[in-house]
Amino acid sequence: MSRRTPAPSRFAADALGIVILLVSVFPVYWMISRSFLPRNRIRSDEQTWLPLDGTLTNYDRILQGEGFRNALVTSLSVTLLTVGVALLFAFLAAVAVSRFRFRGRTSFILTLLLIQMIPAEGLFISQYKMLEGVSLLNSVLGLTFVYVASVLPFTVWTLRGFVDGVPRELEEAAMMDGCSRVQAFFRITLPLLAPGLVATGLFGFIQAWNEFTLALVVMTDPVKETLPVWLVGFSESRSRGVDWGAIMAASTLITIPVIVFFLIVQRRMVSGLTAGAVKG
Amino acid sequence: MRGRHPAVRRTPLPAGLVLPAAALLALALGYPLVRQVVLSLQEFGLAQQFGRPPEWVGLGNYRELLGDSYLWTVVLRTVVFCFVNAALTMGVGVGIALLMTRMSRWVRLAVQGGLLLTWATPVVAAMIVWQFLFDTQYGVVNSVLTSLGSDHDGHSWLIEPMSFFTVATIIVVWMSVPFVVFTVYAALTQVSEDVVEAAEIDGAGAWQRMVHVVMPTIRPVLLVVLLLQVIWDLRVFTQIYTLQKAGGITRDTNLLGTYIYTLGIKGGDFGTAAAAAMFMLALTVVLTAPYLRIMFRQEDD
Repeated sequence: MSRRTPAPSRFAADALGIVILLVSVFPVYWMISRSFLPRNRIRSDEQTWLPLDGTLTNYDRILQGEGFRNALVTSLSVTLLTVGVALLFAFLAAVAVSRFRFRGRTSFILTLLLIQMIPAEGLFISQYKMLEGVSLLNSVLGLTFVYVASVLPFTVWTLRGFVDGVPRELEEAAMMDGCSRVQAFFRITLPLLAPGLVATGLFGFIQAWNEFTLALVVMTDPVKETLPVWLVGFSESRSRGVDWGAIMAASTLITIPVIVFFLIVQRRMVSGLTAGAVKG
Repeated sequence: MRGRHPAVRRTPLPAGLVLPAAALLALALGYPLVRQVVLSLQEFGLAQQFGRPPEWVGLGNYRELLGDSYLWTVVLRTVVFCFVNAALTMGVGVGIALLMTRMSRWVRLAVQGGLLLTWATPVVAAMIVWQFLFDTQYGVVNSVLTSLGSDHDGHSWLIEPMSFFTVATIIVVWMSVPFVVFTVYAALTQVSEDVVEAAEIDGAGAWQRMVHVVMPTIRPVLLVVLLLQVIWDLRVFTQIYTLQKAGGITRDTNLLGTYIYTLGIKGGDFGTAAAAAMFMLALTVVLTAPYLRIMFRQEDD
């Protein structure tokens, strides 16, 4: 579709494109650039548009603070645990769905799709009561449990696509050469699935790292907050006057891993989201 | 497949492979769902928190909720907010995607890079930055508006519902547009040039080509993206919650998600909150029914 656009219309499109670029990037630019500004420059009537003389004091304040470090530990534990468990369970299920035809297969797939439509806000009351009942509020395990449930459907879905992509014939050839079925799977198929596992794992990481609603509901103890919940609380502590520089530094720190991972998996995100949505 | 591997169907292996995932989902989502139905039929307030057994009240919670005009205010607000945001996101997103097909290559790549960055920004980080942009004292929005001659010095955006929702809409649309752009642009690159050209030779103008050739081809993608937007915008929670914390007004700005949170987690009235959550699930089902139909049809094929 991108052929021979006449010059004036191309020029207009380019001009608009640059405006769109500026509008979309500006908040992110503002976050990062403010994170390097000392307090008095953030709180001056004059806006500094292009700070070239940065300082790291904001980052220092954040990294020294106990709140951030506690939250970092909680966030990392929950996220890594979620990714590990979700990948393992999803991998098994994806192999089953992709390589076998069995009773209940279609209903399992449809259930996965239906679950993706349940809003967290529609269930968090009873999930809270359930975790309270087994004393898992404010615990990494409790939060991980509900997180795994929320990333599993998409994880099974994407992994299924990857398993589908490895031709059965490769396994069969290995079996001809004397491998058992299991050996063939581990020697041939699994290595070919590695990129898929990495991409899916990163996707789960981003989800769990960013999640806010369930963490807010489940982790009510300030010592057990995840980074997003801590950040919202931190930005609200107005008693000392809002320390915007530190808040921007903290936001930047939370954002960096997501941006890095996101750039790695984004191609699969679009195809995964649309395929999961369209293809059924 | 079935013909070729008749034996496979009888092994317990696939069921065993699916079991961990299925069991976890049943426990973490299925059980709460059942429990929520039960909870919504019970009186479960403060007294029950302290050990008094819950009392059955039948549809009492629902009657109380549905009889309260506040619920309807919140529902109406939620649906309006959802549709306005979904419509704006679709409009802006499709517009940018179409525009991208006409840009020079380097501008298009730059725009894609920018949108990718926006898309990757975590919701909470984005919320915090936007709050800063709209901050009463140090926000860049106020200072720019003031320097342009409009008096916004010290203006608070979040203490009045209309401007609260304007800010919320700007943020939600800003965060949702990239997904729409990327999917619709991907669909647009699939539109066959030959067909567009043929239409042109047959005398179709630019607008006619758009309406009769391009749009019908990308219709399935548009439909799915729109439905996803509706689902996502219906459950907006983080954005409203954080803005409420910053602005201090909740009653005039509650959407369903924050209302359920206020009722249950904050207020301790779990029975009514559960009933409200059931209401939200029902609303989701109603609004997504068309999507579900498409899905079921495809899995049958």
